[in-house]
Amino acid sequence: MNRSSTTPWLLVSPGAVLFAGLVIVPLVLTVILSFLTYNYDTGIGDGYTLAHYGQILSDGYYLDIFWRTLRLALLTTLLCALIGMPEAYILSRMRKPWRSIFLLVIIGPLLVSVVVRAFGWSMLLGSTGLVNAALGIVGLGPVKLLYTETAIVIALVHIMLPFMVIPVWTALQKLDPMVEAAAWSLGASRFTALRRVVMPQVSIGLLSGSLIVFGLSASAFAIPGLLGGRRLKMAATLVYDEYMQELNWPMGAAIAIIVLLANLVIMLAYNRAVEARARRALG
Amino acid sequence: MAFLTLEQVNKLYGELAAVRDVDLGVARGEFVSLLGPSGCGKTTTLQMIAGLVEPTSGRIMLDGRDITHEKPNRRGLGVVFQSYALFPHMTVAQNVAFGLEMRKVPRAERDKRVGEILELVHLGGMAERYPRQLSGGQRQRVAIARALVIKPPVLLLDEPLSNLDAKLREEMQFELRRIQRSVGTTTIMVTHDQAEALSISDRVVVMEAGRMTQVDAPYRLYEKPATAFISSFVGRMNRFEGIWWPAGASGAVEVAGAMLASETADIQPGTAVTASIRPEKLFLKKGDARLNGHVASRFFLGGHWLFNVETPAGLITVSMPNNGEEPAQEGELVGIDWAPASLRVEATVELSA
Repeated sequence: MNRSSTTPWLLVSPGAVLFAGLVIVPLVLTVILSFLTYNYDTGIGDGYTLAHYGQILSDGYYLDIFWRTLRLALLTTLLCALIGMPEAYILSRMRKPWRSIFLLVIIGPLLVSVVVRAFGWSMLLGSTGLVNAALGIVGLGPVKLLYTETAIVIALVHIMLPFMVIPVWTALQKLDPMVEAAAWSLGASRFTALRRVVMPQVSIGLLSGSLIVFGLSASAFAIPGLLGGRRLKMAATLVYDEYMQELNWPMGAAIAIIVLLANLVIMLAYNRAVEARARRALG
Repeated sequence: MAFLTLEQVNKLYGELAAVRDVDLGVARGEFVSLLGPSGCGKTTTLQMIAGLVEPTSGRIMLDGRDITHEKPNRRGLGVVFQSYALFPHMTVAQNVAFGLEMRKVPRAERDKRVGEILELVHLGGMAERYPRQLSGGQRQRVAIARALVIKPPVLLLDEPLSNLDAKLREEMQFELRRIQRSVGTTTIMVTHDQAEALSISDRVVVMEAGRMTQVDAPYRLYEKPATAFISSFVGRMNRFEGIWWPAGASGAVEVAGAMLASETADIQPGTAVTASIRPEKLFLKKGDARLNGHVASRFFLGGHWLFNVETPAGLITVSMPNNGEEPAQEGELVGIDWAPASLRVEATVELSA
């Protein structure tokens, strides 16, 4: 009796210790750090203060960056949904050899480091890069792309697309192909059938895909760091600067905690909406 | 002039002919079954009528209108799919109303027609349920209601009963026929189950390897199957290869030394013939009869007994009604008798390759 009640605890303990050591402890330390005083001459002090939070929430500089982070993450999610949905649909309608080939093409970029892909984009989007050269041939003057929000969004969409396509594709796999034919037979056009019958059933995949894309975009570091330049900062690059340039660790920690909480609130609210919908539609 | 006509319809997938030279006319209000084993082209034929598969050649006419190349959503036909293909995110009422909505039927009339059709299929109280909350038989009824509510000129059923268990399947067969009778819709059903096709159709179309091999009323199909394939696919059949010897007004087929009595036939004496007889046209009796043998195995099927009897002419299947008494045991010697008229005799046709 005694043994049977302790065995499960023993079995989960390695995982629990790993989780506690690598997630809980650093998180608690970060929270404590964010309340410590900081002086540019003496460094981190012993006293506790709310000053960092007050400064972040009252300074337009920080609020601008948060706002940009939210805006770009939402835009990326939206674009991923708009591109990923049709992509997944076409993928699911493909025949045998092509489907796996194209699935590999979509997942393939995940095998390349984000940093390498970011440099790739910076070469393409630079003032003398391939995109501007092509625009020059058509007669459109050089456009500033690199170090703009456009560049960040383009690269983020490229990287996040598989995270949207795969859940939507999985949802489509579960769909009875005859359901669409049934809608046609009842008088629905191809578009109406997609909108009224296919879309609602893959919406769960779409919603969970957006959740992943939003979370990853809002905390993206390498892409805004390399394609946004020194001046166009997002939340993650801001935290990095506070730690590494300003050496103001408590301030960096406070920003990180705010970003974490904001992300958590948005995703939990979203997830609730998703689950409520899933319960209603598919049980 | 038939209501729905298929003229020389062909469907080729590369070299492979899924459907070859199908010619079929269906009268208004008729219930026609396409019967055949899987891969015989019956579902492809149905899908060509529905507009989900484009014929390679040939014409499909509906009420004098050529619909061969019309899109499925413009044909207005009711289709019940094998998987039912209900919309899982919509309630029963929404599922049924979908076709009316697409036809821009006003709300009030829509609700009224949905209510009526759900009453017809006995699902009056289920309107607000989701498909996942229904049993297989109920889903089937929703699919039928959804197809019928748009008042289609033709109702197409693709293996509608194959996903139901045996008991329910039998119930739904008669239910399907009742619904079809009460709305009078011309219906085409695809099935691989001969019992299903025979019990509820006006006419049965047997398909074999993409071709129609016989189109007939169920009773005639059973009594006078056109090919050896049909005779074995539709019901059970005992077949013998033998030689025809007429004797005055009657005759007999010689099979491995045994003489099987038959009625007269217009065949030259000494010709190779094929004789066939249904198991239920044979009688078992104790003692000598036309053919003697011993019971190799017997099966109790509730309503009747099935015997496999080892005779000089080969293994013969005999079906006997269950009259409440225990019949012959396995290994027992029995005689087999029949009315000479029920043994069909035909000259053996050499099948050209």
